[in-house]
Amino acid sequence: MLEVIIPALIIATSIALAWPLGRYMRWAMDPAGPGTGRLSFERVAVGVLGPKAEHTQHWKRYCLSMLSFNLLMFVFVYLVLTTQQWLPLNPENKGPLEPSLAFNTAASFTSNTNLQHYSGEVSLSYFSQLFALMWLQFVSAATGIAAVTALSRGLAGHAQLGNFYQDLTRATTLVLLPLATIWAVLMVLLGMPMTLEGAAVATTLEGATQTIARGPVAAFVAIKQLGTNGGGFFGPNSTHPFENPTFWTNVLSNVAILLIPMATVWMFGRITHRLRHAGVLFGVMLTLYLCFVACASLLESQPTAAFDGLPVASAMNLEGKELRFGPTAGATWAVSTTATSNGSVNAMHDSLNPLTGLLPMAGMWLNVVFGGVGVGLINLLIFVITAVFLAGMMVGRTPEYLTRKVETKEMKLALIALLAHPLFILGGTAVFAATPWGTETLNNPGSHGLSEIIYEFSSAAANNGSGFEGLGDNTVPWNVSTGLIMLLGRFIPIIAPLAIVGSLAAKRATPETAGTFRTDTLLFGVVLMGAVLIVGALLFLPLAMLGPIAEQLSIR
Amino acid sequence: MRDVITSMRLFVLTILVCSVAYPVAILGFAELMAPQSRQGSLLRDSAGTVVGSRLLAQSFTQPRYFWPRPSAVDYNASATGGSNLSPTNPVLAERARQSIERLSPGAGELVPADLVSASGSGMDPHITLAAAILQLPRVAAARNLSQQQVESVVRGHTDAPTIVSLGGEPLVNVLELNLALDQLTQQSADNNP
Repeated sequence: MLEVIIPALIIATSIALAWPLGRYMRWAMDPAGPGTGRLSFERVAVGVLGPKAEHTQHWKRYCLSMLSFNLLMFVFVYLVLTTQQWLPLNPENKGPLEPSLAFNTAASFTSNTNLQHYSGEVSLSYFSQLFALMWLQFVSAATGIAAVTALSRGLAGHAQLGNFYQDLTRATTLVLLPLATIWAVLMVLLGMPMTLEGAAVATTLEGATQTIARGPVAAFVAIKQLGTNGGGFFGPNSTHPFENPTFWTNVLSNVAILLIPMATVWMFGRITHRLRHAGVLFGVMLTLYLCFVACASLLESQPTAAFDGLPVASAMNLEGKELRFGPTAGATWAVSTTATSNGSVNAMHDSLNPLTGLLPMAGMWLNVVFGGVGVGLINLLIFVITAVFLAGMMVGRTPEYLTRKVETKEMKLALIALLAHPLFILGGTAVFAATPWGTETLNNPGSHGLSEIIYEFSSAAANNGSGFEGLGDNTVPWNVSTGLIMLLGRFIPIIAPLAIVGSLAAKRATPETAGTFRTDTLLFGVVLMGAVLIVGALLFLPLAMLGPIAEQLSIR
Repeated sequence: MRDVITSMRLFVLTILVCSVAYPVAILGFAELMAPQSRQGSLLRDSAGTVVGSRLLAQSFTQPRYFWPRPSAVDYNASATGGSNLSPTNPVLAERARQSIERLSPGAGELVPADLVSASGSGMDPHITLAAAILQLPRVAAARNLSQQQVESVVRGHTDAPTIVSLGGEPLVNVLELNLALDQLTQQSADNNP
C-alpha cells in the first residue's frame, strides 16, 4: 500500500502543480500583452542591465550573450573556490580547492550538472556554498529556462528570439526566486537547519565527541532541487538527515525535482500556441517516466544479493537507504533525479540492486524524460525533428515541423547534438576502462566496477551529477575529463537547437493542409517514442549488457 | 565588449538577489519560526550540554544502549557518507556477517535487514521497531530492568507518524530512546538509593 502511495503522491502532485506553473511561466518569461506590472518590471530590468538588454536578438547574438555570461559565471566561481581561505563566512577555516578540482566544480555548477568530486561539509566555506555554488544553481537553471524560451519563440515563427539578459533576469527573479522561497520556507518549518554558525560539538551518551557540520542548508536545498541542479550541501546529498529530515521533506524535494521540467512543456505549448503538440510530448515523457518508476520500485523491493544465506529477515534492499522516507521513496527518486538531470540522491545508487541501477543510467542515456530545467525539452525537440524527418522520408514528403520545412542543414545540426552525447559516454568509458585512470579508482570489483565508470561519464555528459559514488573520482584525469565533457555536453545541445530554430524561422511558412504530417496526434507520439527508444537502444545496449546486466547474471 | 559589461551588471544584480537577499530572508524567517531546529535540532542533557542531534545517529557500542544501523563513516557528522558497496561485492556480505555476530541473535531468530545495512548518509537516526525488539533482551539485562519495562519505553518512542498512518512499519529514534532509558534508570536509582 505505502509502496504505491509514495510515488503516486509525488507524481500526482507534480503533474497537478505543473499545469498552473506552466501558465505562470509563460506570463513571466514571454509577456504577451502589455500588463502594467510587467511593463515596469521590464523597465527596471533594462535600467539596471543597460542598453544591451533592450533589443531582441537573432539566434547568434542570443548565444553569444549566453556564452559571455556563462563564461563570467565559470571564472568567478573558479576564483572563489581557489581563494576561499581569504574570504568571509568561513567559520571552519576551509582551505582552497586544488586547481583541477576547482575547475571540475566550476564547470559542474556552470553547466547545471552538479557532479561533485568534493564533499561539501569537508571542503567548502559557507561563502563558497552561498556565493559561488548557490548563485550558479540559480543562474545556470535560469540559463536553461532562457534557452528553452528563446527556442519556443523561434518555433513560434519569430526570427528574433528575445533578449538573453532579460530572459535570464525574468527566469531568476520571477520564476526561480519565488519558488525557492516557498520551498525553503517549507523546509525550515519541517526542521531543516538554516544557520551561519560553525559546526556544533556534542558529547555523546557514551562520552565520545561528535562534531556536527551544519550551515545554511534550507535555502541551498530549495534551489538545488527546483533548478535540477542536484548538488548537495553535504557529501551524501539528500540522504543526509540535515538535507532531508522527514518523510515530507522527501516528498516535497521529489516534487521540486519534477516540477519545472514538467511545467516547461506547458510553457512551450503556450508560447508556440501548440498546446496539443505539447500534450503529446508530455504524454511521451510521462509514459517513459511511469514505466521507469514502476520497474525501479519492483526491482528495488527485492532483497540485496549480499545477504543470501545469512540469517536476515527478508526485506527490500536497504543498503544505502534511509528508513524515514518509506520503502519506494529511493526508487522513485532515483528515476526522477536521472530522468530530469537533477542528480541529487536520497539513496546511494552504487548500492542499488544491479538491474535497478540500469534505470538511472537509461534515464541519463535518453536524457529526454522531462530532462533538465529547459534543456530537457530542448533535447526532446532534437528527437522530435528526427522523428518528423523519419516520418517524412517514409511517406516520401519533405518533412515539416510546425509549418517549416526540415532540410539537410537542420538534420545535420540535429545529428551533431544527438551524437555528441553517446560519443562522450562511450569514448570516455572506453579510455578510462582501459587505463589506470579509471581502473585504479574503482570501489567495487567485476562488472559493477565498469558500471561505476559508465555511470560517471553518463552523468557528466547528461549534465546529471549523480554518481556511483564509490568511485574515487577526485583525481586529475577524472576532474579534467568530466569537466570538459560537462561543458561540451551543456553547450552543444543548447547552441545546435537554437541554430536549427534560427534556420527554420528564416524559412517561409507552408500552409497546413490535409497532407501535412500532424505532430499533435497519438500516432506522432508513438513515432516519437519509437525514435527515442530505438536510437537509445542502438547506442547504449552494449553498455547495459557489459555493466548492470552482466552483474545481475553473475549472482547465483 | 558590450556583452561583457552587460554580463557584469547581470552578475551584480543576480548575486545580490540570489546570494544576499534570498538567504538573509530565509535566515530571518528561520530565526523567527524555527529557532531550535534551524541550529540542527540539537538535544541537551539536564546540565545543558549538547549530547547530539535528534536528526543524526551517534555511535553506541555498550550493551545498555540500543544500537543504530551500521555506518560506513563511523557516525562522523562532519564527513558523512554511505558504503557504496554493490550487492555483488563480497565485502558487503562479510560486513553483514560481522554485524550479525555482534548482535548475536537467538537460535533461529532473523535479524531485521536495517540492522545489517548501512544507510546512505551513515547517519540514519532511526531503526525499525523490529530492530529495537531484537535488542530488548540485551538492553534489559544490562540495565537490570524487566523486558516489559524497556519495551514500554520503546513503544512510547516510536517515530515516523506519517509512515505508520499509511500502513508502514514504525521506526524508533535511537538517540531519543537511549536518552529516555538513561532518565528512567536515573529515576529508579534516585528512588532506591
